[in-house]
Amino acid sequence: MSQDWQELGEAGLQFFGKVTASISHEIKNALSIINESAGLLDDLTVLTEKGVPLDPVRIKTHASKIMKQIQRADGIVKVMNRFAHSVDEKVKNVDLYDVAEFVSVLSARLASMRGVDLATLRPEKPVTVQTNAFLLEHALWVCLDFAMEKAGKGQKVMLGIDEKEKRARVNFTGIGLFKRSPEAAFPGEREMALMGALGAEIEVDEEKGELVLSLPSGKTTS
Amino acid sequence: MSEKVLLVDDEQDFLDSLAERMRARGMDVSTTTSAEEAIKKAETGSYDAIVLDLMMPEMDGIEVLQAIKQKRPDVGVILLTGYASLDKGIEAMKLGAMDFVEKPADLKVLSAKIKEAKAQKMVLAEKRIQEKVKRIIQEKSW
Repeated sequence: MSQDWQELGEAGLQFFGKVTASISHEIKNALSIINESAGLLDDLTVLTEKGVPLDPVRIKTHASKIMKQIQRADGIVKVMNRFAHSVDEKVKNVDLYDVAEFVSVLSARLASMRGVDLATLRPEKPVTVQTNAFLLEHALWVCLDFAMEKAGKGQKVMLGIDEKEKRARVNFTGIGLFKRSPEAAFPGEREMALMGALGAEIEVDEEKGELVLSLPSGKTTS
Repeated sequence: MSEKVLLVDDEQDFLDSLAERMRARGMDVSTTTSAEEAIKKAETGSYDAIVLDLMMPEMDGIEVLQAIKQKRPDVGVILLTGYASLDKGIEAMKLGAMDFVEKPADLKVLSAKIKEAKAQKMVLAEKRIQEKVKRIIQEKSW
């Protein structure tokens, strides 16, 4: 295994770990609400056994809370399932908007922790790339992570998709003007290894507050 | 006397249900979804225990813990977390957290820890009174 692939494999595992940790946290939150609502229903039953009349409105409220959280957990598991399957095929045709939106969903908890809003803007016509879906998700994740960190609390980071000169591009806007720290260079070695594997490029313009990820567009490009 | 508790978590539904169950068990419960408000409430309210989610939006639970302990070192802070992270738990304990409970929490376990926090607070208060009395006696040379 070359040094780049070694780097890529380790970084990929870290990315996988971060995403699954975030997802498991979300599932635990849903389970906690189900746990407390079920506990409340149990408390109400105990009271009924002691002769306190049962209040159907309270029962209904807590039952619907449980159902809502089951729906939420189901949605989270669907996201996790899709993420797990992104390593299935080495190369496939993907809609760049669809992947960017999916990475926004994966990053939602981390965005919320940072007080940052995310929005993915749908392009006028679909932009397709033939690539490794997992590596693309990873590349979008690192760019989004950088964009959120630079944007800061209270800001909205937007992901715009377009196609220019046979390159599919994701423009991260809303970052604001920033200074790159020499200690934490971006893109660093890991990001460069990722870009090399995808045939992608990252352009960062701190004076304009712009970050663009681009890669060859079209279904026939590998 | 009932335990006065502040519950801090970013999930309103979780707070509502847990608070209702704790109130049914005789506790005096306040809630907030905001880390900043939690710090303010901890400063102004006389809580026996603060139950704090470790993963809060906008401000990390560890930061909230540090801010609370700085203002109210006598209050027992019990951390709740959605994921099992021993390292984070140890870090929190080193920074003054009383204990660490994993979500979904067992209310019996949580209630026992809240009672323990109240008992510890009372011991600390008693100790402080004794030290104050001792100081007065020394100052007056009685």
